[in-house]
This record gives sequence, C-alpha cells and structure tokens, in this order.
Amino acid sequence: MAATQVLKSEWTKIRSVSSTVWTLGLALVVTVGLGLLISILAKNDYDSLNAQDRRVFDPTFTSFAGTSLGQLAMIVFGVLVVSNEYSTGMIRTSLSAVPQRATFMASKVAVATLLALVVGLVTSFISFFLGQAMLGEHKALISDPGVLRAVIGGGLYMTLIAMFSMGVAMMLRSPMLSLGILMPFFFLISSILGNVSATKKIGRFLPDQAGSKIMQVKTPLDDDSPYGPWGGLAIMVLWVVVALIGGYALLKKRDA
Amino acid sequence: MIELEGLTKRYGEKMAVNNLTFTVHPGIVTGFLGPNGAGKSTTMRMMLGLDNPTAGAARIDGKRYAQLKDPLKYIGALLDAKAMHGGRSAFNHLLCLAQSNGIPRARVHEVLDTVGLTQVAGKKAKGFSLGMGQRLGIAGALLGDPEILMFDEPVNGLDPEGIHWIRNLMKSLASQGRTVFVSSHLMSEMALTADHLVVIGQGRLLADTSMADFIRQNSRSYVRLRTPQRERLLDVLHQEGVTVVEAGNGTFEVDGTPSEDLGELAARHQLVLHELSPQQASLEEAFMRLTAESVEYHAHADHAGSGAAPPPPGQGGDWGAGWQQQRKRS
Repeated sequence: MAATQVLKSEWTKIRSVSSTVWTLGLALVVTVGLGLLISILAKNDYDSLNAQDRRVFDPTFTSFAGTSLGQLAMIVFGVLVVSNEYSTGMIRTSLSAVPQRATFMASKVAVATLLALVVGLVTSFISFFLGQAMLGEHKALISDPGVLRAVIGGGLYMTLIAMFSMGVAMMLRSPMLSLGILMPFFFLISSILGNVSATKKIGRFLPDQAGSKIMQVKTPLDDDSPYGPWGGLAIMVLWVVVALIGGYALLKKRDA
Repeated sequence: MIELEGLTKRYGEKMAVNNLTFTVHPGIVTGFLGPNGAGKSTTMRMMLGLDNPTAGAARIDGKRYAQLKDPLKYIGALLDAKAMHGGRSAFNHLLCLAQSNGIPRARVHEVLDTVGLTQVAGKKAKGFSLGMGQRLGIAGALLGDPEILMFDEPVNGLDPEGIHWIRNLMKSLASQGRTVFVSSHLMSEMALTADHLVVIGQGRLLADTSMADFIRQNSRSYVRLRTPQRERLLDVLHQEGVTVVEAGNGTFEVDGTPSEDLGELAARHQLVLHELSPQQASLEEAFMRLTAESVEYHAHADHAGSGAAPPPPGQGGDWGAGWQQQRKRS
C-alpha cells in the first residue's frame, strides 16, 4: 500500500465534508475578529497604562488575543476529523480499505495537520497585520526582533492544538466525549490553573499555556516560567506526541 | 478463497465465535446462516481484520487480511449500509475508497452505474433510503473488481425489487468464477441464492454442506405413525424391510414408503394406528431445529428457554431430540 494513495484518499475525505470548512473558517474568523477588537481596545486603553505596563506592552501578542477563542474551533476541527469516522461507522469501511492502521492514522493526521497549518498560518498573519493596523503608533513591525517568530508561532500553536485534539479523539472515539473534555479544559480549567498562584507552577506546563509562549515577544511582568518561547513550544509538542501515541496504541489494539 | 482455521472470538465470558473452521470456495454462492446473535457479523469482521481473533485465523487467498496490498482488489465487503459518512456525497465516498487502493477514478463512475446510483452520485449519503445506502455499500464492495465478495445481510430491509436485484447480482458474480459469501438469518432467502451452506449457532459450526445435500437431507417427506402396539409395529415393519425411527411420545417416522402402503400393511396385520400422516419438513424447520440444538446446549434449564425458534407443528416439546435422531438416521 503506497502511502501516497492513502494520503490522497484522506485528502478527498477531508475536503468532501462540510465540517472541515466551517470549523477552519470559524477558527480564522473568530481569531482574527477578536484579535482586531482587542487591538482596538488596547490602543484606546494604552494612555491609561503606567510606565511599567507600557514597557512590557506586547503589540504582537495583543493581536493574537483572539486565539483563546479561535482555538476552540481548531479543537472541534481536530476532534471531528477523527471521531467522524467512529460516529458514522465509516471506520469499518476505512480500515477494510486500509488495514495497515499505522498508515491509516499517519495519513489522516498528516493531511489534517497540513490543512490546519495552512489555515493557522494564514490566520496568524492576518491577525497580526490587522491588529497592528489598529494599534497605530504602538504597533510592532514584522521585522522587529522576535516578531516573525511569534507570528509563525501563532500558526504552529493552532496546528498543535488541532493535532492534540486528534490524538485525544483517537483515544476517546466519541465526538461528544472528546469535545466535552477538551473544550472546558482549554477554555476554563487551564486558565484557572494558570492564574491561581497555588497551581500556577503546574498550570504553565499544560499544552496551551506552554505553547502560547511562542506568540509573546515581550515577557509579562509576573512571568517567571522556566522555559523560553521554543522551550514552551517543545513542551506542547511533547503533549501532542503523547496524545497521538496513546491514540495509535488504542487504534492498533482495539476492534473497529 | 477464504479459509477459516479455528477462528475464535471471546468477549469476556461469552464465546461469540467458537473454533470455526471452514473454507469458502470460488464459483459459487456460499450462504452463511445462523439466527441473530449467532456470531455471523463478528466472524465477518474478523475476516476483514477489523476485529482481532482471540485464537485462530482467517486467510484470504492464503494471506491474512492485513498482509493484503490494496485489499479492495482482493475482497469487497458490504458490512452494513450505514458504514459511511452521511455528509459525504456518494461519489466522494467511493472516490476516497478508490484512491486508498490505487483504483482509477473512472471505475467509480462504472460501479455507480452498475448499482444504478449515477443520478444521485453528487447527493449526500444521509439523504439516501436504506435501499440506496445498500446499493452504495455494494458499489464500494465492487470497486476493486475483487475475486471475493462478502455481504452481511444484504437483503435486510430491502423492498422486493431490491431483493431481486441483489439475488441476481450475487448469482452473476459467482457465475463469473468469484467467491461470494453472504450471510443471512433467513433459510428461505438462502434456499434461493446459495449453492453451499455454512450454518452456525452460538458461534459454533453446525453444518458445512452443499445446498443440494441440505435439501436432500432436510426437506424430505416422511410418514408419521403412532400406535399403542409398539413391539408389533416394529416387528411388522422389520419383516417388510421398512426402516423406522422412533421419534418419542410413541410416534415413529418412516422414510421412503408411501402412507398408502403403510396403511394397507397395518390393516393386513390388524395393527391399531392412532396416527398415520404424511409429513413434509420445510427447510426453515430444518434450519430452526439445527440452530435450536445449539441453543439447547447452552441455555437449557427450562424447556421453554429453548424456544429460540418455535417448535415445528405437531412435534410438541421434543423437537430437539427429534432432530438428533433424525441426524443419526441421515
């Protein structure tokens, strides 16, 4: 079985269902839209900041403020790509056609990841440039040190969120169960753990908190995390790898 | 050719498939028969490498399913009509399957035409009726032009026209020299399509026989006699060289001698008969007795519990025993 055949097949699958369009579309629109709004608010608010806050004001990160909400659509994308197979019964047809489960899973994840990466990068660049346009005199330039890394990092972050969701959905199979765990985790639990001082030390090793460091150009005042932007991203990659290995182990072992 | 060797699947305490060994040959339609829950679908899923056997193996042309390169070119299967994404069009559903096995796009149009779905190729599968879904599933099975085809309960829920279509399709596939393996829980359906029969009950192999043999053995006619003079009847029949089998409850069954002759014989010897009746065992009855036996083995205790199938008329509660004697006789 040539891997290219399976990749082509997975591409046909992903482009032929409407959930792909609306989840990725929503991820782009929400991230860009909310980033735009918060950039406008930040510009109006800038004058009321004290000197210290102004020094650490991060125009790049501000334009990515929409990511916190937009990533939820990415999670839905990652979950549906995988769990659609199970909830529809398509998995039995798919695995009859491609009994090599490693090839099947790798192709599915590869195609969905590539698509998420393209959408993630486009979202990231649009968010940055629109956000900076709104920030006016306080804006950052793409040529400023660390900015390009943060913008590309924004796309990588979105991609890794989708990949993590694919791994979790591969383990849990049910779309409702997967979303029921991932959504509150990323939207509520992670930020609560990260903001309560008692749990902060653990919270910053969670995938989203560690990974989002890549989008920062300036370090916030209260931030004493033991890793830099790339270190944070590496922690997130580790989470993704564990989720995907877990997903594969169960796919390999389980009856379809 | 499909070969099963000691195929076994256990879910916890329950043996879903118990040590199945049989071979499915090319050029004929092989019916895979068993009551609901007998383990037919589980067996088929193991053949396709979807479920892992607890023990034993299933081989397709001598290879395990996972070792097949582009499996759709060896074996096409219809497992259930719902095994597809409802939001995907019929064409794209088939296209993604074709691409995964290196089958050209043109073939997708061909099979859509074969099953008569060309008109709705662009429509989403969730809007399809059961019959259309079944046809789409069959199109997927035919996609790789495979030598082996497997259908799990293909006529379930179909209208008469659809049933007729599937029967003819299976027969024509077999006549092209392909291996056709089709499951059903209806003996009457199999009698019309299958050349060979594999019968399972409670996961165990009950029969592996040609349809012709099965009919010869099971749809035979016989005469039932009942008499208070057991010894005399046996003597008389013995003298005349007539074979008789006791069926319990004071009844006897005689093969191959017309009821007229038996009646005259009894009159000549002044034998009292309480019953003299020609009987015809239908295939459905034969199948029910065959599978009821397997139910009895496992879920005995109360006799009513053996009523997975209703007892054949006139045989009261002793029909399981009746089958066992019948089997010895045949």
